[in-house]
Amino acid sequence: MRSRTDAAFSAHSALIAALLLLFSAALVAQADHGAQYSQAEIAAGYRVYSSTCVQCHGGNGDGISGVDLRRGVFRRAASDEDLARVITTGVPGAGMPPFKLEPAELAGVIAFIRAGFDQTVSVRVGDPARGRTLFEGKGACATCHRVQGHGALTAPDLSGVGLVRTVGALQRSLLEPTTAMVPANRPLKIVTKSGETLDGRRLNEDTYTVQLLDGRGRLRSLAKSDIRTLTYAAASPMPSYGSRLMPEEIADLVGYLASLREP
Amino acid sequence: MTRRLFVRSLLALALVASAWPASGQVTADRLRRASEEPQNWLTYSGAYASQRHSLLRQLDAGNVKNLELKWVLPNQTFGAWQATPLVVDGIMYVTQRPNDVLAVDAKTGRVFWQYRYVASPDARVCCGSNNRGLAILGSTLFMGTLDGHLVALDATGGRPLWNVSVGDPKLGYSITMAPLAVKDKILVGVGGGEYGIRGFVAAFDPASGKELWRFYTIPGPGERGHETWKTDAWKTGGGSVWLTPSYDPALNLTYWGIGNPGPDWNPELRPGDNLYTDSVIALDADTGALKWHFQFSPNDAYDYDSVQMAVLADISWRGTPTKAMLWANRNGFFYVLNRETGAFLAGAPFVKVNWASGLDAKGRPIPTPQPAGQPTWPGNQGGTNWYAPSFSPRTGLFYLSAWEDYASIFRKEPATYIPGRNFAGGGSTVLTPVPGAPGVRIGRYTPVNDWTDVVGHGAVIAIDPQTMQRKWTFPQYDVTDSGILTTATDLLFTGGREGYFYALDARSGDVLWKASLGGQIVNGPMTYAIDGKQYVAVISGNSLYAFGLRD
Repeated sequence: MRSRTDAAFSAHSALIAALLLLFSAALVAQADHGAQYSQAEIAAGYRVYSSTCVQCHGGNGDGISGVDLRRGVFRRAASDEDLARVITTGVPGAGMPPFKLEPAELAGVIAFIRAGFDQTVSVRVGDPARGRTLFEGKGACATCHRVQGHGALTAPDLSGVGLVRTVGALQRSLLEPTTAMVPANRPLKIVTKSGETLDGRRLNEDTYTVQLLDGRGRLRSLAKSDIRTLTYAAASPMPSYGSRLMPEEIADLVGYLASLREP
Repeated sequence: MTRRLFVRSLLALALVASAWPASGQVTADRLRRASEEPQNWLTYSGAYASQRHSLLRQLDAGNVKNLELKWVLPNQTFGAWQATPLVVDGIMYVTQRPNDVLAVDAKTGRVFWQYRYVASPDARVCCGSNNRGLAILGSTLFMGTLDGHLVALDATGGRPLWNVSVGDPKLGYSITMAPLAVKDKILVGVGGGEYGIRGFVAAFDPASGKELWRFYTIPGPGERGHETWKTDAWKTGGGSVWLTPSYDPALNLTYWGIGNPGPDWNPELRPGDNLYTDSVIALDADTGALKWHFQFSPNDAYDYDSVQMAVLADISWRGTPTKAMLWANRNGFFYVLNRETGAFLAGAPFVKVNWASGLDAKGRPIPTPQPAGQPTWPGNQGGTNWYAPSFSPRTGLFYLSAWEDYASIFRKEPATYIPGRNFAGGGSTVLTPVPGAPGVRIGRYTPVNDWTDVVGHGAVIAIDPQTMQRKWTFPQYDVTDSGILTTATDLLFTGGREGYFYALDARSGDVLWKASLGGQIVNGPMTYAIDGKQYVAVISGNSLYAFGLRD
């Protein structure tokens, strides 16, 4: 079966190369408006993924060591074109075979990966440069977040957020911050037995101690035996930007955040 | 050194060696009575009954606070270190991932030799390059490998004696469990439940590696139990075995916990009860013939491997002396079985459970599958898992590490079998603080705990099998994958992902002593003695620590 697949691949390689060109051209054409992944594309991609890719990459996308498709961690790809190339040509040394997909299937599976396996959203990725201007200006994101040394640490440092969050998850964080809040990093309020009140962000916790960054920017480690009350916020303190920014601006911010890939 | 002097030195060494009371020869008889020599730890669980209960008495509630670190053995590789060491007459034998064996002076932590087995690049394991330990018989050590081999090593020289293939790694077969030596055979089972294997356990000749018997955990056509597979799904039915069995010498039965069916999460692809997945099977030690089975989770949709220790205990049950088997299952229920017959005596949930409303009179679960997208308790990793529990005949209590208030949202997907490839049929995500929020990863990959009590937390719980009730609970903030050790002085040693190593009072659950070792504890603490001094050893993170009383 393997040799037959290879033969099929050679026979179709010219066609695939042509499709790749078309696909790349489509991405370039979209650059002004950003790459957009519709719900229909994502759903089509899910069908491809769950019948083909899941065999090796697993249901959560982390079946291959060093690759986490759902979180956008790739070994050999950054752009959508890279992903298309890897999927269509395979990675011979690492055991990934080439896959012959229809153009809509290929676009779909990339959309599914980019959306973080989330079929409930449509994702739009805009211009990173405009997004940066929004981040530092109108959006006032740096009031709480830090990027490459600039901005506050009240909320998580975003210098590498593009490595650990998919564009789907980034868009969701902007529109529904509470829904996107991970269990760790939650805002907490502590009242110590000596009467001190601390607001901050949880960094780590175990049975006897808790580590946090307090509201004054200090790293604190407290013994739970010294704490009177410890309360987590049920909602994120971050506002939703859905009503504060235009959809194009949200897309630009997503584009900027996705470009932040400092390891 | 001249050759003559060298020969003389050797002779002198031999004379000293012959003066030692024990020779290091581990006979089948010594293994059968292993609990009577508590200075040693001769099998994965210390003894065939798998109680992890030591008769050593030097450490007790009064002096345990005086424990101090005696030595540390740093691992040369990284990742969860799940092995339980053996200790034979002062020498510790321990595996480190992927397939290294170390012989260590158990008094000083200094290494005599290291053997490194390099597995084939074809090896595939779902859940890390784990190895849980060794068996010893005579002066030969036995280790299973990630590429599905069984290797025999000379325990003195650390050199391989033979190496046989047990399962094809290209098809996803691997061995991560510690083998067990029973009489004149070495018993081992195969992993690969996420790759559509057909699981089996087998017995090998310790001298040659020749296979002596084999029992398929997925019965084929014509075999009893095959009727529980309504389609050809049995061919890729899973039923992996990745934990050491228990053994009752009087009944001559070995007891094996069997893993999940394949594909893991889509039971519609394998209609029927899917024997002997998620079951305990009792096999004759000489022939491998099936004596009885008990299935915990028929037609499993949740990856509830029954890969836990079969803990054998002779107890009084409703007034009758009973050869019992105590089992805290990944599916969230605690069971008391009759280990002669497999009869169900009692069962009750020990954590929050909503995949079943209870058990019927024969112990079969009454299923209550949750709607798609809704949480199922316990989650994918279960109410407990492979990490060893303990039973103390003194307190009559069963102790285990549990995951409390932990749920997963399961999803079913199509699955196509491709040899050697992941064959899952779905997946799962943990329950998060806000519905739909990003989940956390199941394992501990950094020193930072990204779980919170919203996702779930760990606990050591003590269950009274007579009442099925909890006697006490020792909660931990993070979840725990630590095994448990109890002693004849009513101490309980355990750890957890947070890296605290505890001595608890086995009667009350109170903390008597703790050490902050920092790295996750995902093995079972064990104890031994040399020259009249008791040690307790535990692996935290990438190091093995041995504690003893201050001199």
